[in-house]
Amino acid sequence: MSEKYVVAIDQGTTSTRCIVFDRRGQLVSLAQQEHKQHFPRPGWVEHDAMEIWRNVERLAPRVLSRAGIGLGQVAAVGIANQRETTVIWDRRTGVPVGRAIIWQDTRTDALVHALGDARDAGAVSDISGLPLATYFSGPRLRWMLDHTPGLRARAERGEVICGTMETWLIWNLTGRAQHVTDVTNASRTMLLDVRALDWSARALDFFGIPRAMLPEVRASIGAFGTATEGFPGVRIGAALGDQQAALFGQTCFTPGEAKCTYGTGSFLLLNTGAELVRSEHGLLSTVAYQIEGEPAAYALEGSIAITGSLVQWFRDQLELISSAPEIETLARTVADNGGCYIVPAFSGLYAPYWRSEARGVIVGLTSYITKGHLARAVLEATAWQTREVVDAMNTDSGLTLTTLKVDGGMTADHLLMQMITDVLDVPVVRPLAAETVSLGAAYAAGLAVGYWPDLDGLRRNWHTAAQWMPAMDPRLRTTEYANWRRAVERTFDWIQPA
Amino acid sequence: MPGTVQAIERAAAILRTLAGGPGRLGLSEIARTLDLAKGTTHGILRTLQLVGFVEQDRVSGQYQLGGALLHLGTSFLDINELRSRSINWADPLAARSGESVRIGTVLEGRVLVVHHVFRPDDTFQTLDVGALLPLHATALGKVLLAYRAGGPVPELERFTRLTLTDPRALSGALEGVREAGWAAEIEEFLLGQAAVAAPIRGYGGLVVGAIGVSGPVDRLCDSHYRPRPSLVGYVRDAARAISRDLGATR
Ligand SMILES: Nc1ncnc2c1ncn2[C@@H]1O[C@H](COP(=O)(O)OP(=O)(O)O)[C@@H](O)[C@H]1O
Ligand SMILES: [Mg+2]
Repeated sequence: MSEKYVVAIDQGTTSTRCIVFDRRGQLVSLAQQEHKQHFPRPGWVEHDAMEIWRNVERLAPRVLSRAGIGLGQVAAVGIANQRETTVIWDRRTGVPVGRAIIWQDTRTDALVHALGDARDAGAVSDISGLPLATYFSGPRLRWMLDHTPGLRARAERGEVICGTMETWLIWNLTGRAQHVTDVTNASRTMLLDVRALDWSARALDFFGIPRAMLPEVRASIGAFGTATEGFPGVRIGAALGDQQAALFGQTCFTPGEAKCTYGTGSFLLLNTGAELVRSEHGLLSTVAYQIEGEPAAYALEGSIAITGSLVQWFRDQLELISSAPEIETLARTVADNGGCYIVPAFSGLYAPYWRSEARGVIVGLTSYITKGHLARAVLEATAWQTREVVDAMNTDSGLTLTTLKVDGGMTADHLLMQMITDVLDVPVVRPLAAETVSLGAAYAAGLAVGYWPDLDGLRRNWHTAAQWMPAMDPRLRTTEYANWRRAVERTFDWIQPA
Repeated sequence: MPGTVQAIERAAAILRTLAGGPGRLGLSEIARTLDLAKGTTHGILRTLQLVGFVEQDRVSGQYQLGGALLHLGTSFLDINELRSRSINWADPLAARSGESVRIGTVLEGRVLVVHHVFRPDDTFQTLDVGALLPLHATALGKVLLAYRAGGPVPELERFTRLTLTDPRALSGALEGVREAGWAAEIEEFLLGQAAVAAPIRGYGGLVVGAIGVSGPVDRLCDSHYRPRPSLVGYVRDAARAISRDLGATR
């Protein structure tokens, strides 16, 4: 009898990965491909959805051959994806109408501002569990319909359809048979009634989105059809937003369990169980996952837009380093930040502020500052932004976080991990699976097809791979946090209404 | 990788090998260090000589870096990049072996631990990234020594009865490491402890680090006091996977 495996597709912001996992949840093989980031104007960020689909088609056979297995040995495929990124395409030709607009894109700034004054703005916020912001898909869809001649009429006739990246991938994987999304991705559009778990007529009205163009909403763990492309003959068992997938991969199945994933941006999610908690401190209420036939689990989320992408900016735009990990090498050439702080409000500020008019600043510059100090300030920005969302989480949930579970590409950075434990004053632990997003998608898909029997079995796979302990002088922590907050205030009100 | 030229990767690896050595190196020594055929190595050396990157001593026939290279400096793979690029393979190695994993490179005559994955049993452990270990008494160190042509001989300090302190014995052991493609350490550094390690290669076969597992002798070794073959297999698989990601071709 040949051994079976589960494959995850992690369609991330910077790259797409396919990973084969074994029954113990261990990585067997990996294939990865970066895609092009398009920055056509300040604040605009786009991807070519066709390029991303072609990458998946290329990665699928590669990851199987690296694992030395055939399609018949794949029990299921699970998908995790960058969230809120939105694309519209022609139902007949399969060709996208323009590029996909990325979650970090702020072109809907003025639109969001105007909508904020409209009647029903408060109600839509309450229905969707989200503050009105450029971050979410709803305003983005409206912008596309407004700015492409004739598109609205075609959408109303159902000639063009839309979706987030999992919808786009599943539609292509199933040979255009399935136009579906899952509850976690749908909960990031502002169009979903987050309690009823279906599209809200009132929200659709508010944004002016024709229902005919939207995918069908399904449970995250269940049935998304069988692939005919990429992994022909294999069942697609699950789809989840990448951050929810990471929460699942970290086996945070119980209310009160939380994780933070450090990638392009960083996202702290706390499982709140069957209860939808509304935040008073700038956190989002979102769906954590839903197993078919069961009630959904919810989460509180602290979203930070720019963390790893600040390192990328340092590498690609400033060209001060040649690879992301070199930020640590450079930062270690100095003992402290030299009084310099970088607040990367490139897309405005997300949690806990939600200030879309904010823009980035570097403060405290003197002739003393070297590129080493700047590198330190880059990493400290991630640490302090984590502190702000953890503070909000502690206040909202009434629980106090006692350890922080972390994952994502930036957890390879030991200086950063030490900074995070230092500013939070709690231990930071990394599990024995750096690719937690993919693992979560694999777990979910494997559960859907019975490859894994239950959640408890998965929990037993979780082990500590590394742990960092706080070692910062409490007085220094206090003064540095105060400095950080003063730096943050300097980002506010930069973009003035036209 | 489309659009890359293997000969240039190998040329760079040869230059790094020469830069890391004490002075001049012979053709066969260079070829063996990089696991390249002698003929191939010779062709590349001649080309490098032509462009002034390498000089050949007329008397001994040995090679050394050329004057044209003096201002190019010598920097190996950034250690933080090595960790980032290895993390996906070090985790499964810890899971499969049930032991702790470390990755090391050479720093000033010692092994610098650049990555550490805890033994996956959820007992309390502390990170020892940044720790320095002896080259001659550890599996990681022996791998790093074995693939470093003509490096200075470390001081052979004795840690246990089994530590290799005789230079001839050590050089024999290193020859064995090169033949086998992996190294073992059995109670040579710490009593009751054993380890297995294999080389991580970058482009052109250049050894940029070593990855290994360590733990108690009775878990790592079989009844003949030799590392369990399955364990050796896991370590070598992980080393090969990282090497492939780093662009090594074989
Ligand atoms: N050693 C490191 N130190 C700091 N940042 C890093 C390091 N390695 C990777 N990164 C950053 O992490 C991000 C990639 O992480 P990943 O989890 O793959 O992101 P995503 O899933 O959002 O594409 C990049 O933005 C990169 O700049
Ligand atoms: Mg990701």
